[in-house]
Amino acid sequence: MAKLKSSLTNMLLSLTLITLVAAGLLAGIYSLTKDTIAATNAAKQQAAIIAVLPQVEGLNIAEPLEVDGITIFKAHQGDTFAGAAVKVAENGFGGTFHVMVGFDNAGTITGFEVLDHQETPGLGSKMQEWFQNVRTIIGLNPAQSNLTVSKDGGDVDAITAATISSRAFLAAVNKAYNAYAEANNAPQAQGVSSATPIEAAETLAADSLAITADDTTCAADTAVATDANIVAEPNVEPAN
Amino acid sequence: MAFFLIFVSAIFVNNVVLSQFLGICPFLGVSKKIDTALGMGAAVTFVLVVATIITYLMQMLLVRFGLEFLQTIVFILVIAALVQMIEIILKKVSPSLYQALGVFLPLITTNCCVLGVAIQVAGANYKTCGAEPSLLIGTWYAFCTALGFALALVLFAGIREQLELTDTPKAMKGTPVALLTAGLLAMAFMGFSGVVG
Amino acid sequence: MANKAFKTLTNGLLRENPTMVLVLGMCPTLATTSSAINGMSMGLATTFVLLCSNVVISLLKNLIPDKVRIPAFIVVIASFVTIVQLCMQAYLPDLYASLGLFIPLIVVNCIVLGRAEAFAAKNNAGLSALDGIGMGLGFTLSLTILGAIRELLGTGKVFDFTIFPDSYGMLLFVLAPGAFIALAYVMALVNKLKK
Repeated sequence: MAKLKSSLTNMLLSLTLITLVAAGLLAGIYSLTKDTIAATNAAKQQAAIIAVLPQVEGLNIAEPLEVDGITIFKAHQGDTFAGAAVKVAENGFGGTFHVMVGFDNAGTITGFEVLDHQETPGLGSKMQEWFQNVRTIIGLNPAQSNLTVSKDGGDVDAITAATISSRAFLAAVNKAYNAYAEANNAPQAQGVSSATPIEAAETLAADSLAITADDTTCAADTAVATDANIVAEPNVEPAN
Repeated sequence: MAFFLIFVSAIFVNNVVLSQFLGICPFLGVSKKIDTALGMGAAVTFVLVVATIITYLMQMLLVRFGLEFLQTIVFILVIAALVQMIEIILKKVSPSLYQALGVFLPLITTNCCVLGVAIQVAGANYKTCGAEPSLLIGTWYAFCTALGFALALVLFAGIREQLELTDTPKAMKGTPVALLTAGLLAMAFMGFSGVVG
Repeated sequence: MANKAFKTLTNGLLRENPTMVLVLGMCPTLATTSSAINGMSMGLATTFVLLCSNVVISLLKNLIPDKVRIPAFIVVIASFVTIVQLCMQAYLPDLYASLGLFIPLIVVNCIVLGRAEAFAAKNNAGLSALDGIGMGLGFTLSLTILGAIRELLGTGKVFDFTIFPDSYGMLLFVLAPGAFIALAYVMALVNKLKK
C-alpha cells in the first residue's frame, strides 16, 4: 500500500482516527483495571488498618470518620474502645505522602504503615523500616514524648541523610495523634503537627528554651520514661 | 513567604536537573556554549510556565469528567501543540525573539522537565513550602523550576567551555567527563539542602 | 534473513546500546537507578512500551501522513505508557509507587520516539518488534548494571541481598551526584572496552 499523502483531509482523518482508537483502547483498559486498582487500594487500606491496630482478638472496625481530610477508623473489642487507626496526608521531601498510624485506647502508638510516598528512593523511602525497627516510635505516646527529630530538639533521630522526610513523617504522626486525641478527648501531642519550615523553626526556638545540659533531650521529656530504643544523640548528616 | 521559599527551594535546593533528574537530555546536549544555554533556558522557561497553566486547567476538566487516566496522553499532546503554536506565533509577532529561541523550541516537546513539572503541579505533588497548592502557586513553582533549569544549564555550559581546553583521558572524553562534571555540580548544589525544608 | 533478524536484536544490546553508546534516555537512567530492582523495573516497563509502539507504528506507517507523523507517534506511545501505568497501579502498586513520576515520563524518553522515527517507520512489524526488544533489553541491561553498582556502593546490597554490612555504604552513590559519577565511570569503561 502506498503511503498516504500529507493532504489536509488525510492528516485530519489519520490523526483523528488514531486518537479515537487510542482513547477507546485506554477507556477499555481503564474499565478493566479500575476495579482491580480500587480493590488493590481497598485491600491495602484494610491490611494497613489491621496491621497498625493493637493485635487483639475480635476487633470491630467502625465506619471511617473524616475530619479535615484526616480519616479515623475506630476499633472496638466487643463494646470497649480498643484504639483507632488514623490516615493522614503530609508534604514530604518529594511531595504528599500518606501514613496510617494506629493507637491503642491510651493513645500509645501501636504501629504505622506508610501507604504511599514520593520520597528519594533509598533515603526518605526508608521511613517504614527506620521508624519501625531502627529508631522505633512504636510504644510511644505522642502526648508524653516529643515526637520531633533530635535536630529540632525532639526525641527521635532522623533517618540518616533524610531529615526533611523524617520531619514530615513525625509531623504526620503528630497530626494523626491530634486527630485521635480530638476524637477521644486525650491531651494533644507535644510535637508540632506541621512540617512547614517556619513552624519547625519556631519549635526549634521554643524547644531550645526547654533544653537542659544535655542539649538534645527536652527537659520535660527526661522526666517521662521514654522508650529505650530512642537514642537522642546529635547526628551529623547532610540532610535530605 | 511561601513564594520566596518556593523560589529558593525550586532553584537551589531541589534543582530540577541536578536533584530531580528532569531535563537531562538538553542539559547534556545544549550546554556546550553559554549563548545557546541561555537561549534554551529562556525557551524552556516560557514553554514551562504556559504549559503548566494550560495543563492545570486541562486536569480540572479531566477530573470533572472522570477521565484522569487520559492525563499522560492529553498533557503530552497539549505540550506538543503548544510548542508548535508558540513557534508559529513567535515567527509572526516577534521575528527577533524567534531568531533567538526558534531552534530550541522543537526540542522542548521531548524535554521531560516540561511534562514532569506539568504532572507534578496537576497532581499537587511538589514542594509547596507550606502553601496550599493552587494555580498561582503551581505557576510560580513552574517558573522557579525553569529558572533553576536555566541556571544549571548556564553554569554547566560555562564549565564545559573550559573543559574543552583541558587534556582529558581518551575514554573520558565527551559525555563521561561531562557527566562527572555534572556530578560535581550536583554535589555543590547538595550544599543548599536544608536551607529550605 | 535470520541473520538480519539476529543482528537487529543484538544491535541494541551492545553495539548501539541506547544508554551507553547513543546516550539517550538519560533522565530515567539517572533517576531510577538508586537500586538494581528499580533500574530493572524501569527498563522492563520501557521495553514493553518500546516493543508495542514499534510494532503498532510499523503497521500504521503507511496510514500516517508524513507531516503529522510525530503527533501520531506520540499518541501511540502515550497510549501504551498509560496502559503500563494502569496495569502497574492494579497489579504492582508498590513498584508503581517507587518509580512514581518516571512511568508517565516514558512518553518523553527519547529512545522510544527515536526508535519509532529511525526504525519502526521504515521497517516491517517483525523486525521492528525485534528492534524494540533489543533496544529495550539493552536499556534494561544498562539500568540494572548501573542500579546494582549504585546500590552496592551506596548501601552495600545488590537486589536487597547484603554483600557488605550497612556501615560500608557510601550514601553519595544513592544520592543525585552519585548517579552522575557512577554513570560517567561506567561510560568511560564502555568506551575503553569498545576499542
